[in-house]
Amino acid sequence: MGKMIINGKECEFTNEANILEVIRKNGFNVPTFCYRPDLKDAFGACRMCVVEIEGRGIQSSCTMPPQDGLVIYTNSAKVRRIRKTVLELLLANHDRECTTCDKSGSCELQKYAEEYGIKDVTKYVQRKEMRPIDDSSPSIVRDVNKCILCGACVRACNQYHGLQVLGFANRGANTVVQPMAGRALATSECVYCGQCVAVCPTGALTIKLQVDDVWKELNNPNKKVVVQFAPSVRVAIGEMFGLEPGVNSTKKINAALKAIGFDLVFDTNFSADLTIMEEATEFIGRIKNGGKLPLFTSCCPGWVRYLETEYPEMLDHLSTCKSPQGMMGAIIKKFVPEYYPEITNENIVSVSIMPCTAKKAEAIRKEFRREDGTYEIDYVLTTQELGRLIKSAGVDFNALEPINADSPFGKYSGAATIFGVSGGVAEAAARTAYQMVTGEELKDFVITPMRGTNLVKTVELDLKGTKIKVKIVNTLKEAEKCIEEIKAGKADYQLLEVMACPGGCINGGGQPQSCDDLSIREKRAEGLYEDDATDEWRKSHENPEIKELYEKHLEKPGSHLSHELLHTTYSDKWKKLYKNVGND
Amino acid sequence: MTTERQSQINFHKIDEIMASYEYKKSNLIAILQQVQELYTYLPEDAMTFIGTKIEGLSPATVYGVATFYAQFSLEPKGKYKIKVCDGTACHVRGSMSVLNAVKTKLGLGEKRMTTEDGMFSLEIVSCLGACGLAPVVVINDKVYPQMTSDAIGIIIDTIIKEESN
Ligand code: SF4
Ligand code: SF4
Ligand code: SF4
Ligand code: FES
Ligand code: FES
Repeated sequence: MGKMIINGKECEFTNEANILEVIRKNGFNVPTFCYRPDLKDAFGACRMCVVEIEGRGIQSSCTMPPQDGLVIYTNSAKVRRIRKTVLELLLANHDRECTTCDKSGSCELQKYAEEYGIKDVTKYVQRKEMRPIDDSSPSIVRDVNKCILCGACVRACNQYHGLQVLGFANRGANTVVQPMAGRALATSECVYCGQCVAVCPTGALTIKLQVDDVWKELNNPNKKVVVQFAPSVRVAIGEMFGLEPGVNSTKKINAALKAIGFDLVFDTNFSADLTIMEEATEFIGRIKNGGKLPLFTSCCPGWVRYLETEYPEMLDHLSTCKSPQGMMGAIIKKFVPEYYPEITNENIVSVSIMPCTAKKAEAIRKEFRREDGTYEIDYVLTTQELGRLIKSAGVDFNALEPINADSPFGKYSGAATIFGVSGGVAEAAARTAYQMVTGEELKDFVITPMRGTNLVKTVELDLKGTKIKVKIVNTLKEAEKCIEEIKAGKADYQLLEVMACPGGCINGGGQPQSCDDLSIREKRAEGLYEDDATDEWRKSHENPEIKELYEKHLEKPGSHLSHELLHTTYSDKWKKLYKNVGND
Repeated sequence: MTTERQSQINFHKIDEIMASYEYKKSNLIAILQQVQELYTYLPEDAMTFIGTKIEGLSPATVYGVATFYAQFSLEPKGKYKIKVCDGTACHVRGSMSVLNAVKTKLGLGEKRMTTEDGMFSLEIVSCLGACGLAPVVVINDKVYPQMTSDAIGIIIDTIIKEESN
């Protein structure tokens, strides 16, 4: 508690971690590169956030704790001069090809260079050597020529996952941020979550775009392009068109996709309901038959890849259910040609829109390959790419008339829509598992202890005598603690829900960039819970299209055909990654 | 000093080294020094192994430490480790021409500091504390004072001859 004078204004502070937070709270802006409010260990790498403090000179505001009586100037001539020099030095050592850079328009380096009027950096030694771009990963492109060594990605990967895939190497002028020994990202322990991309201020880490590939298919008159979009996309896409975070744009997305030229628009929420039917059945089966517990949810490909590489010995805990994206892909390629005579196995193209960079990698898992060599999902676009697609199509998003998705495979329950937020899968599963076990409907199906932004939540449920305990975590660092707990025989829960991204998919690596404002992910979560609250059906087993699918085709959850289409297998990826390591 | 020249890495031994340092992150430098002593350099797989075994480290972070400190080498060293001093005294007395002579003779350069046959490796070091004898070259702990480009050439030739017998 105390007061500081910022630019002549008296400002109170309470428990802010640093003076930068206080400055921003009071309506002054200070440019930053390396500081991200969610990343704990700020180490003052970039010096953009410098301010002038009476009696103390120049200080980096992101690392300095608030103190009573400080007199701060955030924009003095001296401060501006320092920031300008920082920018000039960074730009001199930068591949300044903005026109062809995927980050152009949302790059913070570009933005501040513009704001600070940087026109000429030729007085400094220029970058000469160009290093190769790493596009080995299906999800992320690394271009070290654009890296400003701010370290945000290194800190994100470490803080969220403890993976430290990216690290600083070499010293002095040769310093780079890279995976082990400069290996390609695809041959590292990276799980493709994209959290490093989400905090990168420049074009050094970007999403691997497939917008052009999808345009090619859309422009091909011989193709029928079918699309699905995930729960969290609907509450974030609006941000790219000036709407508030959390505004539910489901029906506008349907309309936009049709306007762009997609032939059929389905909702991944439909297959989220399907996932619940299958996963709840699997869960109950494992409890009844003494199967492997706790059961791990399997909808997050970041988490799945993590287990496959770091803990392959735990894979028998993982649900065999494909993720909602995977299930929808299988349903689309199997049944759409049956329902729509103009669509055939030959002309169908299946696209999905996800908040997630890891979903791009999931789509090309060998288990998702069909006999004819195509995949169940041909292209995965992130929410950001959907925004680009809409813009490049010249569609006025805000002027669109809302429409429904195509049916069947377009309806969803409230249980499905909350898949996008940490705790949502468990809540949805509980609603249906209760019904499956007891034959009755759960009355208090809004399970508040499963909600909220905590990294760890534990909830006990009573299925009329059958007591179960559910643990919900987000970030892989927390997941790892659970695994160690289980290995040590100390886990007393039967279901473990894991999402790799902090907060869940609402904050996925493919969502519109939001790392400087932590309230955005909360608003997106609220948006999904509000969608749930207003949906016609609240439980997956109530979705009429789900009932129809089982009646007409799948028979019942866990049936032979269900297994063939909707379940999958996993493999030890560690051995592949580091063939020789640890084996004499 | 025990050195092992083998392409296959003995992970058991590395594990023993880590165990003797209680698998502690704070002992990483000491662990790397021991591993380097074993192999004359830090093999990539060894660094990966260490990065995955020790809590709080990763292959990338181990690599970061290994490339930050000049004492660590990522390349195998030769049977004969030639250290050319380029400290101030040696520099002034012409260490660069000695260095260039070694490079030309052994076909070494910018990136390549060990000969193809693994016989010689070259290192540039700073002051060895023998400035009175500058310029100084050290080959496997043996000090050669007041070197010239001709003298170093003869020394290398002698070694080659001995080795081929
Ligand atoms: S994508 Fe995720 S796992 Fe991979 S480097 Fe980035 S933060 Fe780490
Ligand atoms: S890749 Fe991006 S986030 Fe990582 S250090 Fe470079 S500029 Fe910073
Ligand atoms: S939490 Fe969601 S967005 Fe993040 S990696 Fe997992 S599936 Fe993707
Ligand atoms: S933002 Fe404070 S030093 Fe980078
Ligand atoms: S400078 Fe070479 S020994 Fe001192």
